[in-house]
Amino acid sequence: MPVDRVTVAVIGAGHTGLAVSRMLTDRSIEHVVLERGEVANSWRRERWDSLRLLTPNSQSRLPGYHYQSDDPDGFMTMREVVDFIGGFAAAIGAPVHTQTEVTNVRQADDGYRISTSQGELQCRSLVIASGACNVPTVPALRIAVPSSIASVTPFDYRNPQDLPEGGVLVVGASATGVQLADELRRNGRRVVLSVGEHVRLPRTYRGRDVLWWMEASGIWNQRYDEIDDVERARKLPSPQLVGSPQRMTLDLNALSTHGVEIVGRLAAVRDGRALFSGGLLNQFALADLKMNRLLESFDEWALGVPDLAVGPPERFEPTRVPQAARLHLDLTSGEIRSIVWATGFKPDYRWLDVPVLDRKGRLQHDGGIVAAPRLYAIGLPVLRRRKSTFIHGAEDDARDLVEHLARTL
Amino acid sequence: MAAAVDNGVNVGALLEAREALRKMPEAAKFTWRATCKWKRGTRSRTFVQNFFGLGQEQKHRTEFTFEADHPEIFASEDCGATPVELVLAGLASCLTAGVAAVAQNRGIQLRSVEAKLEGSMDIQGILGIDSDVRNGYDDIKVTFDIDADASQKDIEALVAQSQKRSAVYDIVTNPTNVSVEVRKKR
Repeated sequence: MPVDRVTVAVIGAGHTGLAVSRMLTDRSIEHVVLERGEVANSWRRERWDSLRLLTPNSQSRLPGYHYQSDDPDGFMTMREVVDFIGGFAAAIGAPVHTQTEVTNVRQADDGYRISTSQGELQCRSLVIASGACNVPTVPALRIAVPSSIASVTPFDYRNPQDLPEGGVLVVGASATGVQLADELRRNGRRVVLSVGEHVRLPRTYRGRDVLWWMEASGIWNQRYDEIDDVERARKLPSPQLVGSPQRMTLDLNALSTHGVEIVGRLAAVRDGRALFSGGLLNQFALADLKMNRLLESFDEWALGVPDLAVGPPERFEPTRVPQAARLHLDLTSGEIRSIVWATGFKPDYRWLDVPVLDRKGRLQHDGGIVAAPRLYAIGLPVLRRRKSTFIHGAEDDARDLVEHLARTL
Repeated sequence: MAAAVDNGVNVGALLEAREALRKMPEAAKFTWRATCKWKRGTRSRTFVQNFFGLGQEQKHRTEFTFEADHPEIFASEDCGATPVELVLAGLASCLTAGVAAVAQNRGIQLRSVEAKLEGSMDIQGILGIDSDVRNGYDDIKVTFDIDADASQKDIEALVAQSQKRSAVYDIVTNPTNVSVEVRKKR
């Protein structure tokens, strides 16, 4: 059987894969982009209805392609994101093969042999741009949850109507968890939110979007090889942010004001009871300390910038301590009917038959340069910079990696 | 600069050990042991010496003993701390050790560290008077008084990080499976 040959194959036609395609085209490097579904597939199919980007419109930038909006501080809906990324793919004439799912990749003939739902392909160099959030991670203690409780991951969830009537336990207080807890509470549900380590941020600071500060102050540009503990930086939970037209802050204080009950990290399910950690106050202390340290670094940076159009420094109320946080919840009492596991996501590398994963299944790489010849990854947390997983973060990483790739061909 | 800070913690060795264990996770599996002998009444004596770690049997330099008993108001002879006080001692010393290690790592010179612990308990639980009352502590309050070359905020961060990395804090705040086996002697 004849095998198609190509110089570079890119897996995934999301914003990062397309940014790589653009850089390859700029260097006239022949390539294809393999996409299991359609362009921006995850944004189309794996997001809940109300979700908007966490980054403001002013940061919706791909190489040579800016989102045109009269509201730089607004947040795109998923429909708008899909249109934006689709528009970019069209503008750069990306050679995307849609409905082409990669089922296996192995080393062969001084390159990589790729099996897809559309046939075999041989490439010299391979770029993995299949995303950081392919599979929701759910803790092993899930198996002890009584079968009367509906278990839902963010991939299953579209809107509150998807859950059975009644109360909801949301496990996890990163961006996903706080957003779903808020939406379910507004839907009139009783909501219990289980909170472990989290990253607290205000939506706006001194009159500007907090992510504007992250970019303007240079924090997002910090390189992976300049960060003290990059392993830790890569494991950091997503910040408690929501992109809403009201630009609201969605921290734990906002949620408890709206009647969401805050409990500690879900530590075990035993005899039909969910047991929560008694270490909640320290989680609050850590998150408040880190937020204040970040705000101080913004202030310090702002001092050195003449005529910066920002308001005076602000400090926010510490996370309020609940009267007495519950340590357990009887899952058989009917108080809650469903659990939403907002406990993170991980990439899916089941198709990758190259020995480049560590014992925990994580891709081993140095700034996206994977430990196998001419194999690259992009779009993973703090891949080359703190901004690596954000839409506007794709450009610099794609440029660096394609420059490296071009030298190895 | 950082060399001037000395809290008596060999942070370099600890960080090296962390790197080594990252590569050999099996060696990181430890087993801690204690042996307790009943004396009389509520009095007992616990011995600690051997443990397992780094892939082999290990030994403290000497055997340590801990006396436990109940106070006289419980009609006991009060020959030692109550076991629940020993739990406070474990939590306090674990957090305090953590404060020293984190301070050393962050270049903060400590001059004095004192932790005061209070655990509140309704003994209707252990006495079986009210089944809605739990046996154990319903709340533990820790107060640290720290004299160090650092700002209030840095000291707070120190104590927060110590809690985050503390084994006993984790044991006390999270559930742990406990299995008890009984063997009849003779």
